[in-house]
Parts: sequence; C-alpha cells; structure tokens
Amino acid sequence: MESVSFPPLSSIAICGGTHGNEMTGVYLVREMQKHKVDKIGSVSISTVLSNPRAVDVCRRYTETDLNRCFTDALLSSAITDSTPYEVRRAQELNAQLGPKGSEKAVDMLIDLHNTTANMGLCLIFYNADYLPLQIFKYIQNKMLSVPVRAMQLDIPLSDAYSLDSLGKHSFSIEVGPQPNGVLRADIFNIVKEAVDHTIAWLQEFNSGSTFKAGEVEAFTVVKSVDYPRDPVTGEISAAIHPQLQDNDFKLLKPGDPIFLSFTGETVKHEGEELYPLFVNECAYYEKKIAFHLAQKRTFKLPSIHMKKD
Amino acid sequence: MEVDEVMCLPRLPRVAVCGGTHGNELSGVYLVREMLKVEKKVVEEEEEPVLVMIVLSNPRATQQCHRYVDTDLNRCFTHATLNGPMSDTDPYEIVRSRELNTLLGPKGSRQAVDLVCDLHNTTANMGMCLITYSDCDWICLHIFRHLQKEIPDIPMRFIHFDVSNKESYSLDSVGKHGFAMEIGPQPHGVVRSNIYTAMKGGVQHMLDWVRLFNSGTMFKGGFVDVFTMVKHIDYPRDSVTHNITAAIHPHLQDRDFCLLHPEDPLFQTFSGETLRYKGKEPLYPFFINECAYYEKGIALSLARKRRVMGFLVFKG
Repeated sequence: MESVSFPPLSSIAICGGTHGNEMTGVYLVREMQKHKVDKIGSVSISTVLSNPRAVDVCRRYTETDLNRCFTDALLSSAITDSTPYEVRRAQELNAQLGPKGSEKAVDMLIDLHNTTANMGLCLIFYNADYLPLQIFKYIQNKMLSVPVRAMQLDIPLSDAYSLDSLGKHSFSIEVGPQPNGVLRADIFNIVKEAVDHTIAWLQEFNSGSTFKAGEVEAFTVVKSVDYPRDPVTGEISAAIHPQLQDNDFKLLKPGDPIFLSFTGETVKHEGEELYPLFVNECAYYEKKIAFHLAQKRTFKLPSIHMKKD
Repeated sequence: MEVDEVMCLPRLPRVAVCGGTHGNELSGVYLVREMLKVEKKVVEEEEEPVLVMIVLSNPRATQQCHRYVDTDLNRCFTHATLNGPMSDTDPYEIVRSRELNTLLGPKGSRQAVDLVCDLHNTTANMGMCLITYSDCDWICLHIFRHLQKEIPDIPMRFIHFDVSNKESYSLDSVGKHGFAMEIGPQPHGVVRSNIYTAMKGGVQHMLDWVRLFNSGTMFKGGFVDVFTMVKHIDYPRDSVTHNITAAIHPHLQDRDFCLLHPEDPLFQTFSGETLRYKGKEPLYPFFINECAYYEKGIALSLARKRRVMGFLVFKG
C-alpha cells in the first residue's frame, strides 16, 4: 500500500462526562481544566465536560442519552420548549466542536467513557479511518499490562450518533470494568496513559514522522442479544451466565452458556461463533442489550505521514 | 474451647426478607421478586411453621433503578423519624418507612417481626457480610456461623455498628432481631449471577436455620470474629468545589478486611501522588470505594476485630 498523507492534526478535543456517571472522564477533564491544559507542543487541546447537568447529579443523562444525539437528523432538528436538554446540548457541542462533517470541525475528538463490562481498554471508532487505527496500533504496542482492543461501528457518517462523530478523525476510549458513579485509580491511570500516548502520537505525526504500515485486528458489531424477559412485566428473568460474565472478547461458540435464569436454568448460545462485547453493561439493560456480538476483522493499514504544504 | 454458657431464646415465628431498600441494588430486588412469585407463607410439613414475609422495600426507587427517590430509605428508621409529626410534604421514603414500620413493627414493640433480613449490594469487594447493631445478639451470631459452615466458598464477615437502639436508623432495626445481608462487589444497576446466587443461598440457609432453631435444634457455642466499626475516612476534597481530589489507592482498592497499617497507601491523587494512612492504630478497612458513600463523605470505613465467644442456644 502506498503511504497516505493527512494534513497536520493541530486541534483536538478531549471530552469527558458525556455520560455523567462515568467518572474517569469527568475527573480527567476536570483535572486538565484545573491545570488549564490548552496546548501541548504542536497540539491545541479543548477539554470539554460534555453533559454538565448529568455530571452534577451523577446520572448517565437527565432526559435522554446525549451520546445518541449526534445523528445528522437530531443535530439539525428544530429546538422547541419540549426539546430534551441533551438534544440541545448536542447542538451546542456541534457548534463548538463541529459542525459535523465540515472543514471547521476539530481535527480529532477523543470521548472518554467507562463500562461496567470487563472490556479493558477499548478504542471505538466508525469505519476504517487510518488515523485512529494507527493510534490504536501505537497504544497497543506501548501499553502492555492491560488488554487493548478496537471496536468498529459500521455506520455511515450521517447516521453516526455519538459525540466523537463531530471530529474529523475521532474515537472513543472505553475502559472497564468500573461501576457507574465510582472512580477507580487503576482505571484512571489507564485512561490517562492512553490519552498521554495519543497526544504523544499527535506530536510525532505533526513533526513529520512516518508511521509504518501494518495490520490490526478490530471487532465489528453484527448484532445484540437481549436478556430473557418476563412476557408480562418485561423484567429480566435471567442474569449473564457466570461462564460468560467478565469474558468479553472471548469467542462464544454454539452451545456455550449465556444466561442463568433466577430459577437456575441455563440458556445457551445458538448461532455462529462470535465475540461478545459489553457483557453486562449497566446502561444497556434499558436499551435491551445484554451483550453485543462481533466478528473479528483484520484491517490493513498503509503507512501514514503528515502532508507538508 | 469448652463453652459452658447456655442461652434459651424464644422461637422465631415471623421472619421478613426485604429487598430493594436501595432501588439499584439489584440482587435483592430480583431475589425478592422471585420469592414473591413462589411465595409459601406456611410450609405444612413443619411442626412449627415460619411465616416468611417478603417485601420490596422501596418500590418507587426500584422502578427508577435509583438508590432512592427523595432520601435514603435506610436512614429513616430512627424512633424520631418513625414517630415524628407527619406532613403532606414528607419525602417519599419517610412516608414509606412509616408504612414499613406498621407492616413489620412497630419497632421496639412485641408485635414486631422476630427477624428482619435486609438484602443489600455494595460496589466494595466485601464478599458476604452480615451487618448488625449488636455484637451479642446470639440469633444473628448463630445465623452467621451457620452461613459460614454452609457456604464455605464465599468470604464471610460479621460487622457490628455500635449504635444504640434509640439511634439505630436502618430497616433491620425494626424487627426484634435483624441484620443487613450485604454482598459485593456488584455495580449498582447490574445483577451479577454469582452475587445473586450467593444471596439466594444466604437467604435459604438463613431460613433453614430459623426452621431448625424453631424445631428445637441446639446450636453449639463457638466463636465469631466481629468487626466493630470505629470510624470513617473521607476522600481529600477541593475546598471550593468539594469535588474529590484523589481516588482510593490501587494498593487499597478491593482489599476490604486486609489490615491497614499506619503509613500504608490510602489515596492516589490525580497527579499520581500517594497519600498515606495517618492513624496510629492498625484497623480493618471495609466499604472501600462504595459508590453511594461518596455523597455521604465516606471513602472507606475502619473496624477493630475481636473474637466473640458464642453461647449454646436453643429454643425455649
């Protein structure tokens, strides 16, 4: 593959508290704001507390999930008195960090999240943008004491619904397991290190370094599985099976247990071999997702370097 | 060691199992819902049947999957709150605590249920704990020993809060005997199968003990290691914003009940600095990094451990 060039990446946004109870991002952004971090070398940095109202009450959101409000449709929807807070806030963020899809948008947006699932350090991105993939490869090689993986959402930009879709080249950093509302030092240290490595990579990129070609594996979500539910009340009637619990990214085969009902029955996986992700994520109970299932794909990366004028 | 002391105690005809006192502590919520589906008030084969009342303590908070709606229900059971003046603007949980007091109490009276088992989860790595206000309630101590024997693969501890009956504030204080069954770690809003199963086993063995006791079984004396709460430690906080400025140190995180010595790491600031325990006495930490305690100003609690010798008990 020929080497691919990109313009310098000089403006980045680091966002936390997109979900107000995912504490690592909240505290990392607050810490950067306290120390007035706005430029590191060639990179100017905006730090944004995405959903301040949700952060204040330590809830995921106040009216609706902010991280589903960034589709083209919602960003251009008319604001009325009954528009939920988060839809308005998404439009504010779009004006500040976007507009989505335009030349004025920040070069890179990194959105910090936590999960109750045992996902280690996971970078989440749309499509096969070489820049985040090269950063992923870089972080994977630097951070050896924690599992580092990538998850890809195969969605066109117009339908892309999350905050990171505002930036030109963006990704979310998702780290778990951490309970909502709790701040763990080990998880904080992991996220801080990943952010530091990302900024270091950007410095190197902007100074003219070439990042070699290679291959990375990433997980592409193909479907989601809900909990078994009571047909009358809609309440879940089983929990994630102990053999699946905490085994994100471990291949799930037909016949493997996935749920253990509250009365002791085992439900088994039927269908193809796939990789489970976001196993027992707290916020997904209401979205009717017990876990996602993904295929593992290999992405070939060209070498990349900064485009010189 | 020979225990010569013998105690004869009245039987326990009425037991309450309560879940969802905090609406996002899901093992208890789902266990109570399952038990309500198969509710058996009286088991006919027994000579001395036990009436088991199964209660979803805070239905509104449970429906919203929040700890509470207006105020923490599990702090609303002091005599003062239960018997204070009522008003139309009372917080939901105070109204509810009075309803529960009517249902399971009145607290301190002869009509109160004999035993309250209140189900809780914690984000702290505490295994299974029974939490009571007394270190000499032989019913609770013997239930604890029974659970230890029947569920040997789960770390189990007995925690004592030295609070007088007058000041006792939690739901389990409504019964003649009572304890909270606290199991972690489990994130709030999540049900983990292993934690649910442990709680289900704990409740089942507790009820089995009550039936055995009621039918005349003698339970030998022995000992229980009791952790008595001494003090809490808050997070370091910003003097202006009151936001925390450090997290529980990685060497302390998940090490509930591992003895904490003076100068051991306690917190790690966001810039990586270690803050150390400055107390003079080694103590046992628990409720380390419990989510709900950030707002109560508690990063961890500290306890002294002492061995309590048990009486042989039987039903009189």
